[in-house]
Amino acid sequence: MSAKTDGLHVRGLCATFETPRGPARAVDGVDLDIAPGEVFGLVGESGSGKSVTLRALMRLVHPPGRVEGNVAWQGRDLMAMKPEELRRMRGGEIAMIFQEPMTALNPVLPVRVQIEENLRAHTDMNRRERRARALELLDIVGIPAAARRLDEYPHQFSGGMRQRVMIAIALASSPKLLLADEPTTALDVTIQDQILKLLLDLRDEFSMSVVFVTHDLGVVASLCDRMAVMYAGRIVETGTVSEVFATPHHPYTRGLLGSVPHGGAERTMLASIEGTPPGLASLPAGCAFHPRCEFATDECRRERPALEPFAPGRSVACFHHERVARAEELA
Amino acid sequence: MKVVTGQRPRMHRVLFDLPATMIIGGIILFASFVLAFFPSLFAPYDPNAFDYGALLHAPTLAHPFGTDNYGRDMLSRVIHAYTIDMQIAVFATIVPVIVGTLIGAVVGYAGGLTEAFFGRVVDAIITFPFLVLVIAIVSVLGPGLINMYIAVGIIDWVFYGRLTAAEIKVQKRLDYADAGRVMGYRPSRVVFRHLLPNAMTPALVYWMTDMALAILLGSSLGYLGLGAQPPAAEWGVLIADGKNFMTTAWWISIFPGLAIVITGLGFSLFGDGLAEFLRTRR
Repeated sequence: MSAKTDGLHVRGLCATFETPRGPARAVDGVDLDIAPGEVFGLVGESGSGKSVTLRALMRLVHPPGRVEGNVAWQGRDLMAMKPEELRRMRGGEIAMIFQEPMTALNPVLPVRVQIEENLRAHTDMNRRERRARALELLDIVGIPAAARRLDEYPHQFSGGMRQRVMIAIALASSPKLLLADEPTTALDVTIQDQILKLLLDLRDEFSMSVVFVTHDLGVVASLCDRMAVMYAGRIVETGTVSEVFATPHHPYTRGLLGSVPHGGAERTMLASIEGTPPGLASLPAGCAFHPRCEFATDECRRERPALEPFAPGRSVACFHHERVARAEELA
Repeated sequence: MKVVTGQRPRMHRVLFDLPATMIIGGIILFASFVLAFFPSLFAPYDPNAFDYGALLHAPTLAHPFGTDNYGRDMLSRVIHAYTIDMQIAVFATIVPVIVGTLIGAVVGYAGGLTEAFFGRVVDAIITFPFLVLVIAIVSVLGPGLINMYIAVGIIDWVFYGRLTAAEIKVQKRLDYADAGRVMGYRPSRVVFRHLLPNAMTPALVYWMTDMALAILLGSSLGYLGLGAQPPAAEWGVLIADGKNFMTTAWWISIFPGLAIVITGLGFSLFGDGLAEFLRTRR
């Protein structure tokens, strides 16, 4: 890790929660490398640990949840930071957008106050500059009549507008890394599209890295450079978006991609992955995916495959990834 | 969510939307405070002037509430008592509200050992019946209003602390609290600027009830001779004055009693309406 001082580097991130049925590993040994200016997609179904991964990165997991592992940002260890240092980092260099625009804004403060608050905490701007910057930010995220809307309260905004306000707050201090937790899930598709374009524009403008958590593969395809697929708290496959979409090497990825409807194609039954994700407190032995996997063998039931590179920039955690890839090519 | 035009809701719209209980309670409280601030404007007589020509008169046009055994006009005494009793309502509770809410906010946010310790303090205090504890403290400090405020202050804050701590515990797990933390704000800023305004509702509503309770307490202590001291006109003192004449001159005790009931009702109605109003605004 010594040479890598740029971007975000995560090694062996674990988040554990105690439950009556034993400890549940919501995140289990996640490794991530995100370069400056890169948009990284983290994909998986509900409960696969995507959101907890982001929260763990930001040290937002509340006790009694426990987080272990290494998180290095620009060469500095986020996990070992003192509160004072962490405060400067959070909201300053690293910003986070929450999933729920309905609850992530403070209902009793006008949005102007909430935007200017971030500027006050992380910049040297004076009062006048902060006002100007707040107005500019609302303009950037595409809120019409920004000057008038600054003094309104969150309940006066629609869901899509609130999401934009949240993005404006997150971007206030020009972060170098944006952690976006399903920022478009609560929105309808037209607004979603606008927000995604906006994020890409902002990436170019501020040259920031983005970690984008979603379960929407269409969003990943249109937005991200690289992606990782999570299942039961582990990363099962990573690679560039185009490669993963072209030849998925993990049966779970293959299943995910197969369950996306294709426009213009012949009408057929939509494929789905049989079964449900396992409970985290009672993961099956061996590969966590084997009960739902059509490629599973005795080896999969006995041993857990490690995430291993098989080509430049690509890794997969499956004993039979070559068979999976061939099946994809035949199909 | 009807306002989308970007204008602030107009004042008459807001008034129109208020619950009826809040409006009725508000009118009673407003009238009570007016009487409390300007008793001389409304009282027809000097509340402490003796009139030996009119001892123990039943209610008449000249003395609508009658007179007591010194010929003092009861209407004037009840009106002048507003000054002391409304003062009791506010002064006895204002310190507990502020101190209790702030302590509750810190405790609720800190959790863990702090909260466990706070919980034991609360338990220790509420083990004793409120009135008994106040009387005990006042007996040690000596009778009088100031000592009553002190006694209430020592005890009453735990109720606000408990309410606020519980609400903060809920609020601190919501996304906007995490959003504040992840924005790099200090814990103090997250607690007092972001969480507390969202967590004050129960304490605020309880405050209204508590002011009614404070008046009852003040009157009880006044009746027992531990609160306001005669000849000061205070409802509890007035009721105590009338207790020896209860069978022959009921009006001496009844009218101060009614004043207590109506004022208490005003606080309760207002608090009730306020709770409803704050709930629907969410």
